[in-house]
Parts: sequence; structure tokens; C-alpha cells
Amino acid sequence: MDTIKKDALLSVRHLTVEYTSEGEVIHAVNDVSFDLEKGKTIGLVGETGAGKTSIAKAILRILPEPPARVKTGEIWFEGRELLGLKEEEMRKIRGKNISMIFQDPMTALNPIMRIGKQIAEVIRLHEKCSKAQAVQKAKEMLEMVGIPGERYYEYPHQFSGGMKQRVVIAMALACAPDLLLADEPTTALDVTIQAQVLDMINELKERLNTSMVMITHDLGVVAQVCDSVAVVYAGEIMEYGTKEQIFDHPLYPYTKGLFGSLPDMNDDAERLSPIEGLPPNPADLPKGCAFHPRCPYATEACKQAHIPLTDMGGGHLCRCCRVSEIAKEGT
Amino acid sequence: MRKTNDVMHRRRKEGQFAQVMHRLRKNKAAMLGLSIVLVLIVLAILSPWIMPYDYTKMDIKNKYATPSADHWFGCDELGRDIFSRLLYGSRASLSLGLLATLLSTAIGVVLGSVVGYFGGKVDTVIMRLLDIFQAIPGMLLSIAISAALGSGFGNTIIALSIGGVPMTVRLLRGSILTVRKQEYIEAAEKINCSKLRIITSHILPNAIAPLIVSVTMGIGNTILQAACLSYIGLGVQPPTPEWGAMLSAGKSVITRYPHLCIFPGLCIMVIVLSFNMLGDGLRDAMDPKLKN
Amino acid sequence: MGRYILKRLLWMIPVMLGIAVLIFSIMYICPGDPAASMLGTGATQVQIEAKREEMGLNDPYIVRLGRYLCDVFLHFDLGTSYMYGTPVIDGLMERMQYTLVIALSCMLMQILIGTPLGIIAATHRNGIADRICMFIAMLGVSIPAFWLALMMVVVFAVNLGWLPAFGVGGFKYYIMPCLANCLAGVATQARQTRSSMLEVIRSDYVTTAKAKGLSERSVLLKHALPNALIPIITIVGNGMGMMLGGTVVIENVFSIPGIGSYMTSAINSRDYPIVMGGVLLLGLIFSLIMLLVDVVYAFVDPRIKAQYEGKKRRKSHA
Repeated sequence: MDTIKKDALLSVRHLTVEYTSEGEVIHAVNDVSFDLEKGKTIGLVGETGAGKTSIAKAILRILPEPPARVKTGEIWFEGRELLGLKEEEMRKIRGKNISMIFQDPMTALNPIMRIGKQIAEVIRLHEKCSKAQAVQKAKEMLEMVGIPGERYYEYPHQFSGGMKQRVVIAMALACAPDLLLADEPTTALDVTIQAQVLDMINELKERLNTSMVMITHDLGVVAQVCDSVAVVYAGEIMEYGTKEQIFDHPLYPYTKGLFGSLPDMNDDAERLSPIEGLPPNPADLPKGCAFHPRCPYATEACKQAHIPLTDMGGGHLCRCCRVSEIAKEGT
Repeated sequence: MRKTNDVMHRRRKEGQFAQVMHRLRKNKAAMLGLSIVLVLIVLAILSPWIMPYDYTKMDIKNKYATPSADHWFGCDELGRDIFSRLLYGSRASLSLGLLATLLSTAIGVVLGSVVGYFGGKVDTVIMRLLDIFQAIPGMLLSIAISAALGSGFGNTIIALSIGGVPMTVRLLRGSILTVRKQEYIEAAEKINCSKLRIITSHILPNAIAPLIVSVTMGIGNTILQAACLSYIGLGVQPPTPEWGAMLSAGKSVITRYPHLCIFPGLCIMVIVLSFNMLGDGLRDAMDPKLKN
Repeated sequence: MGRYILKRLLWMIPVMLGIAVLIFSIMYICPGDPAASMLGTGATQVQIEAKREEMGLNDPYIVRLGRYLCDVFLHFDLGTSYMYGTPVIDGLMERMQYTLVIALSCMLMQILIGTPLGIIAATHRNGIADRICMFIAMLGVSIPAFWLALMMVVVFAVNLGWLPAFGVGGFKYYIMPCLANCLAGVATQARQTRSSMLEVIRSDYVTTAKAKGLSERSVLLKHALPNALIPIITIVGNGMGMMLGGTVVIENVFSIPGIGSYMTSAINSRDYPIVMGGVLLLGLIFSLIMLLVDVVYAFVDPRIKAQYEGKKRRKSHA
């Protein structure tokens, strides 16, 4: 994955992000690389704290620095390397070419600014238009996400969580971005609202031909919207492939574990099989494979050296030294 | 059940406490403040034995003597050694600050827990009464009470402490209302814990953190107010070598002999500064989010 | 909103009554005999007793309290000064201008100097500017104001001769009193602004604003600052209380004939009507300022405003 794919909209290469807190170095993102083609969606799947949000924030360059720091890596977007851009250049890309939907709609909106104004603000910033046109466009955006345009003048506290998330989505899509970073857009919402919001994102994305990085811990969401999947664990991509490859033939033990902890309608199992143990402390990652302390297949070899991603055929990558043995076991 | 419940908070508490101390130790300003406070307390306790001159000894030859090797900070209008007086006076200033803050915190904690825990009518009545107290600027209230009670150590403590009560009550009430909603309080109520016990061993230990910071800062502020009172002729009065009183005595000759005022003022500033630095450090240590 | 202000204004009546009862009771237990101090040292016991009877000092507490409250709240009469023999209200009004000039200009300085210092500190957090601002602020809350005033007198009035040492007059006379009195307020304001800003800068909506492509400056001015200022408004009100209390001492240092020095000399001469009247007046001013602060607070925060405006507007539909 070292060469940059020609047709990729976004190519992340060897991205490493560290946080420094009270003298401790926290390895949030470790050597992450992936590609995303125009109009496609990649899912970044993993537990809370696995470093998914840091990847998205690093792409937009909105990591809080300090304490965060992009240590190494390149991010190529439409032929430009984002990490090397001047701040003014980057500002033109934010909100216009790349925008982001945040996890918690309750806190993502400015509580003392009218919601319409918050949408119009991004339009005014990136598009040459008058104030009245921006207001008009903002109202259209509200209508598009299913909120009556006359609610332009209301404040966030007058909206419910699901409605607020629609506002956030309207704001993110206002300038028809090429790339949408969706950071757990449905996690904070009720299950019924989740489905609505997800459908809406899907529909709008197709209408505007937007590519998307979908960050989630919910495999259901992945199945619904993603084309390819990267399984993130302890800041590393452990397995990478198309949705079909990952869902039909999960290879990495952690991925298998994720599927094992889902309830199955067809199986009358008494208990789910959760992944034993806890995610590692990112300030003190285990040597060798980061997953080995929780891995049922771990051997001495797993504790020794860092394991590279290997292509298991058809672009299905996996970071496991026992992958061939596990594959033979069948799933 | 109660035991395990108790043990659980205590353990969490200890963990928090150790973390707070750990962070505090790394804060240089806070440690400097703490050291100065401790040194001054030790000096105040030892002052009768370590002061170079008797703080009451008059020496007309040295009237208004400027600082020298013999008299580090010079002498006052009666030829008394200012350094010795300051050293001995730290007892009055420190104990005023500490005791008045302690008293106001104690009253505040009792009222605050009652108000926060019981709520309802008690809450309304007490909070409305406090509205009245708070409508009078704090310094003014202290002045009025001090005038009513007369000067003297004990009266000054009362005068200084009453002004601080409303703030403590409000602070504690706020944090108790938050703690009150926690499930372990409900658990304690369900197993028929007595109200007193719920307040003292379940609510207060968990609600008191913000108070610790305000008490530390409050000591500094109280020392300032005590000095103000002495300065306008209330509170502790000369010949007691309280720092504010020394300033008050020196103000009439300040144009010719400023050293009579400079040193007591510096002492007040240093001690208040130390308490504030310690308080700031404590706040940062308790709320590490603000730090980064 | 109007109803809320009206409600608050009505609530001020019991508060003022409460202050009157409180201060009357405090003065009631004051030691010393006003009659004796009025008549001077030469007076006989009989003369003093007659004077006490005349002044109504021998009546029981409850009668005197009732009389005082009646005078104050029904006739707007704060009584007559024992010493000067003039109505207290006149004395207070005459002197109010000096106190208000000092307190209000201090409040202004608190807002205009303290807030920017706090913002600079927060935006340059842990940098040199932050450290300098916060060190000054820390000194500011730790220096006794009257001591600083004395030191300024020694330096600027006595040694350099730049400014008048005491009294009232033109602009020059107010420089040192205001500087000394506002210091603590400015410092508190700077410290609170900084921590409020830091809190807001961490919040999600500031990240959202950044993600929109707004410049650092716009993010701070349009999104962070307005939110950070809301809790600071309360500090301004509290600061005003501090300033009003502070003037009492500062007026003494600079011999300014304001309400503060009027009251302190009254305390020494047991002229209680002046002390009570002064406390009532300053309490009233302070309460009005706090009301103003709350109204401003509600005005800038739509969440609070909505609470007071009742449920006129459509609430969120789920």
C-alpha cells in the first residue's frame, strides 16, 4: 500500500498520531494507511478509544494540538498532501471539500447561535453569495434533511437529539463536499432515529456523489452503508477488505470476535461469545501483536515481533501471523 | 451491603486523593505556596523563641530606625523591632484567617448539607435568607458586624466568617444536589441508613471537593479582609501586632517612614499569594481537564 | 421577559426589608451610647437619660425596629444624623457621586482590562503571555488594596509629585483610588475569563466551527467568546459588590468624602442612622446591579431566555 492509487480520492499513508498527557505518550494512531475511491464509503470499525476519531480529525487537521501531534504520515486528497498544506489552504478545504459529522449532536452545535445561522455561516464562507442567498440555501438544506425551513431562527435547545443531528448533517453537506467524515453519527441517537438518520445520510451521499469515511463500532451500520471496511484495534488497522470479504470471511481473530459478540437470529445460543479482556492501555501497548493478550490463537511468536499486513488475496489484508492456520479451521 | 458500599467509595476516594496529590506535587507554584504557608506556620508557632527582640520592648533611641543589620526591617514609632513584631504578629494574622474560614466553612457545611439534602421548604427559606445576606457587599457586612461586636480577636473572627457563609452554602448545595441524584445515595436510603449517616458518610465526602479549593482561597481572602478591618480601626487593634493593625499604626507617618507600612503589607501579600497559589494548584489537580 | 423583571423588582422589596431588619439588629447590639457621645464628655447622667428618652432609645427593640421600618419604607426617611443633625438621605445623596464614580469606573476597568487579559492568557495557554497575565492576576488578588493605595501615594504623590495624594477634584484625583480599588476585580475577571475560555475552547461546537473552515480568529470571536462570556457576566456583578465594599476602605486612604468615609466616621461616632442608611443604599445599588446582570444574562443566553419567556415558542418535537 505504499504507492498512491491514481483513482483514489483519499489516500492515507503511515499516519501516526500521539497524545502527550502528564508526561505519558499515548499512541492513538499507529501507522494507518488506507484508500478511498470517489463515491465509495469505507468503514472504520473498532471499540471506543481505538483511535478512529483521531484518524478523522487528523484528516481535517483539527486535532487539538497540543496535546495531540501527527508524528508521521501523509494524507493525499485530490492530488494534494493535506498535512503539508498551509493553514489558509487547509481552511478552504475544511467544510468545502471535506466536512465532518460529529458523534454527539447535543454538544456539536453552538448553543447560543441560531441553527440556521450556523448552516449559513459555512455557506457564506465557501461560496460566493450574498447573505440572503446563504440564508435561502441554509433553509433549503434544512428542508433537505427534513426540517421545516422556518425553524431557521430557532436555537439548538429547541431541537431534540435526532433533529440536532439532522442540523449537523445539513451543515456538513451544505457545500456539497467531496468527502464526508462521519464520526459515529448515530451512536447518540435512539434506535428508531438511528435508522432514519442513516437512510438519510445514504440517500444524500448518493445524490451528491460524496465519498464517506464512516466511523462506527456498529457492524450493522457498516453492513448498511459501507463498501470497504478497515478494522481498527489499538490505533492500527488489523484487517482491511471489501465489505463482503470482511463479513463473509473474517480472518483476524479480533474481527471474528466482533462477529461472535453479535446476537444471531438463526442461532439459539444461550450466551453471546464476547471478546475476553479489555482493550490495551494506549500509553503502554503490548509488544508484538497488540491483540495478543486477548487472542485465543496467540502463540509465543505473536508476543515477539510486530506483524505486517499481508495480502490474503483480492486485496483482503490481515495483520496476523497465524492467519493461514486460522483460515484452514474455517468459520 | 453498607460495608461494601462504604468500602467502595472509600477506595475510590483514596485513589482520587492519591492522584490529586500526585498532580499537586508536580505543580511547582502550588508546592512553593504550600512550602511558604508551612514555613510561616512553623515560624508563627516558634516566634516567641526565635524573634530577635521582645516584640513589646520599646527603645526610644531607635524610634523610626530604618532597616539595618541590627533591626532588619527597622523600628516603629516606639522603637520596637518591626521584624520581631511581624514574626509574632503572624500568629494573629494566620489564626484569624484560618479560624474565621474554618468557622464560616463549618456553618456553611451544616446549612449547605441541610439545604441540599432536604430541599423543599427548608431550602427555600434558608436560601431566601441568604439572598438578604448576599445583597449586602461582603466587606460592608463584616464592617457592620465588627462595629457591632467591638474589636478583639474573637469578635473579629465572627465578623469575618459570617460574610463567607452564603457562598459556602451555595457551593455545597450545588454539589450536593449533583451527588444526591447518584444511585448509591438511593441505595443507602433503601437500606434504611439514617439521614445523618447518609449526609456525613455518603454525601459530604463526595460533594466536598470543590469546597477544598474555595476554603484554601478563602483563607487568603479572609486575611486580606482582616487587614482591611484593622486598617479602618475595627477588628484587631494596636498594640496587638496584627499585620493590618501595624499598617494602620504606620499610615500616619507613611510619607516620612514608609518602612513602617512596606513590610507588614509585603507579609500580607506573601501569605495571601501563597494560599492562592496553593488553591490554584489544588483546583488544577482536582480538575485535570483544565490543565491540558 | 418583562414579567420576569417585574417579578425580580418585586422580590427586591422583601430583600430590602430583610436588609433593614438585619442592619438594624446589628446596630442595635452595638456597644456605646449615641446619646452620651452626642452630648460630649461633660454631660451628666440625667442629661443623657433625658436625651435617650427624647431619641426613643429607651423603647423596646421591636418598637424601635417598627418605627425604623415605617420611616424607611413608608416615608422614605432614613432618619436624622445624630452628629450633624441633618437628614441621612441628604448626606448620602451628596456623597453618592464620589462612591459611584469610583465603583462604576472600577467596574468598567474590570470589564475592559480583565476580560482581554483573560482571553490573551487562554489563547496563548501555557505560553509566555499566559504566564505573565496570570502572574499579574495572581498578584492582583493577593495584594491588599489599601496597602497598594498607600504605596502609590508614597511613590506617585509624595516622591514623584505626579498625582494628588488625597481629596477630590478633577480626573487626576480619581486615578489612584480607582487603580487600587479595581485591581482585585480586574484580576478576578482575568482569571475567570481564562478558565471559562479554556472550558469553551475544549467544547465540541468549537471543533465543529473549526471543521467548517473558519479562521482561528473567527472561531474564537464568533463561537468561543460569546459562550465564554456568559458565565463571566455573573463575575461582573459580584465584582461590583467587591468594589462597593472596597470603596469604604479606599475612600479612607484618600480622604474622599464618599459614602464609605461617611459610614466609617459614623461608626466611630456611633451615628447609627448613617450606617444603616449607607448599608441600605449600597445594598439597593448592589441588588439593582445584580438584577441588571441577571437580565443581561438571560438576554444573551437563549436557553435562559426561553425559560423566562414561558412556553410561547414551539418546543422541540421528537
